[in-house]
Amino acid sequence: MTLKKFAVTFALGSMALLTAGATVSTAQSHVNSPDPLLGTPSVATETSNIDGITGHAESGKHLYRRFCIGCHGPDGNGQGMNAQWIDPKPRDFTEATFKCRSTPTGTLPTDEDLYNAITRGFVTTNMPSWRPLNPQQRADLVAFIKTWSPRWAKEKPGASLNIPPETAITIESILHGRELFQKLECWKCHGPEGHADGPSASTLTDSKGNPILPFNFSTGERFMCGDSNRDLYRIFMTGLDGSPMPSFADVIQPNDAWDLVHFLRTLQVALPNQELTLWQTYKAAHGKDLKPIGPDSAGGAQ
Amino acid sequence: MRMKFFAALALTVAMGSALMVFATPPPAGSGSITGKVTYTGTPMKMKPIDMSKEPSCAKQHATPITTENVATGPGNTLQWVVVYISAGDEGTTTASQGVRYDQKGCQYLPHVLTMLAGQQLQIYNDDQTSHNIHPLAKVNQEWNKSQPPGSPPIDTKWDKPEFIAVKCNIHPWMHGYFAVLKTSHVSITGEDGTFDIKGLSPGKYTVTAWQEQYGTKTQDVTVGAGAATANFVFTATPY
Ligand code: HEC
Ligand code: HEC
Repeated sequence: MTLKKFAVTFALGSMALLTAGATVSTAQSHVNSPDPLLGTPSVATETSNIDGITGHAESGKHLYRRFCIGCHGPDGNGQGMNAQWIDPKPRDFTEATFKCRSTPTGTLPTDEDLYNAITRGFVTTNMPSWRPLNPQQRADLVAFIKTWSPRWAKEKPGASLNIPPETAITIESILHGRELFQKLECWKCHGPEGHADGPSASTLTDSKGNPILPFNFSTGERFMCGDSNRDLYRIFMTGLDGSPMPSFADVIQPNDAWDLVHFLRTLQVALPNQELTLWQTYKAAHGKDLKPIGPDSAGGAQ
Repeated sequence: MRMKFFAALALTVAMGSALMVFATPPPAGSGSITGKVTYTGTPMKMKPIDMSKEPSCAKQHATPITTENVATGPGNTLQWVVVYISAGDEGTTTASQGVRYDQKGCQYLPHVLTMLAGQQLQIYNDDQTSHNIHPLAKVNQEWNKSQPPGSPPIDTKWDKPEFIAVKCNIHPWMHGYFAVLKTSHVSITGEDGTFDIKGLSPGKYTVTAWQEQYGTKTQDVTVGAGAATANFVFTATPY
């Protein structure tokens, strides 16, 4: 089995980057493209389209072997040689389930979603930012990732969430957002103060059965799926598929969603922001009148 | 490459002809397959569920409900086993009506719900608390939606046959299954472990029994005019 002998030379992404300039080997690759699966997009033809750039899977395959294989594995199933040391685990591309989507839960992400995820990386996890690769290379990688699952040949990505212009950041908006955080029971996982210590927090597992914690808003950690208020809006509306974080798109009205965004910012006490400043001033004057968030609060689940 | 192409072609042709066979199912008959599902060995215990973290649910149960992943009865019977025709006349392949799934008292009702691939499914939250409904589909696509109290039912369907585990991440004791099948000839065992698949015309059938912890068992059964019998015995493990 010469296939098995293919030496996976590149360990972690950061190390791989050091060799970014080296020529790609022309040896037969052990990247087991899933071509034989009926209906799977083929490496020869699959493309991606990001803002005028067309990515080609064939080129992406070489980049994948160089930069991604150590974690995401020769079979694309997230079981690269480094995966055992990594938590959370690298994404299994054969399932085509992705966390950072602009599309509804249960649908494929857009090419742009994948491109953004690759560009951004997943802060707080081992998934590096691939900004050092040029846009064409990142687009090629998106095209290649889509050859791991037959879903890409059969289904279209879902429709991107429509995000209306942001509403004004006011204390009313924050207060209403706080009510929603209570009423929609975000606190059951994220905790009343967003410390990732809600009553369900310690029981959570991802869809592969691995323990997972809710996001802790208070530590200064950045969101995996983007940093802006628009990103935050999208995160809780579409949910993070493959994790316990559900989609709220069907249950939150657009303007209410902005209120929730504004409130969530006040939980990020280690990251100075406009909402937080406003909130701290308000709390200094009215803090005593605020009902604590949690099971006994009126307006919550009776 | 060429080999692959011919293999694919052969498969397509084979699938095509299989489809033709099933496209016009013979009319439903008066035959049936009945039987009982039991276990040997030591199954895991049914444990009472502590819902004290969700008082609005806890108070709906005078006595705590128990875990249902292995639901046993007197005489070593097994409840919630899906018994269905896996080969032979598979019956209706489209459904006129939808099926209903409820979240009530922080429990899925029924614990296992059967439906046809493509059949409309409505999911209700009857509780005073939010649930997130998270079908962990592998063949179909998983999704995960919050459903606060008073929200409209979630309208959905599954395209491909699969046993899909359903969970609520907020209430980790909530577990259920969608049994998505391509046959309407199906029966779920009751508390006494019995099942009854009705409406079969005479002929040869393969019958499969599926239990969420123990997997599947299959046997061939010939149906005449009346009731044919098929019993299934699973080997239980204590974990
Ligand atoms: C050091 C290990 C590592 C390397 C190298 C790596 N990844 Fe990842 N990748 C991860 C981990 C871990 C995750 C999952 C993070 C999570 O689930 O929170 C991930 C997730 C992803 C996702 C999922 C995005 C989503 O929204 O779910 C994509 C796409 C991805 N990686 C692409 C790549 C590409 C392309 C490369 C190579 C250029 C690469 N990764 C290299 C570890 C790695
Ligand atoms: C069932 C538990 C649960 C509930 C309920 C829940 N979350 Fe989450 N949430 C999680 C988990 C787990 C993660 C981390 C996912 C991961 O790391 O992949 C998360 C992550 C997040 C993130 C960070 C995502 C990122 O890109 O890093 C935000 C923001 C968030 N949740 C907001 C909310 C809001 C707002 C609500 C209520 C409207 C809510 N969550 C309800 C479990 C939950």
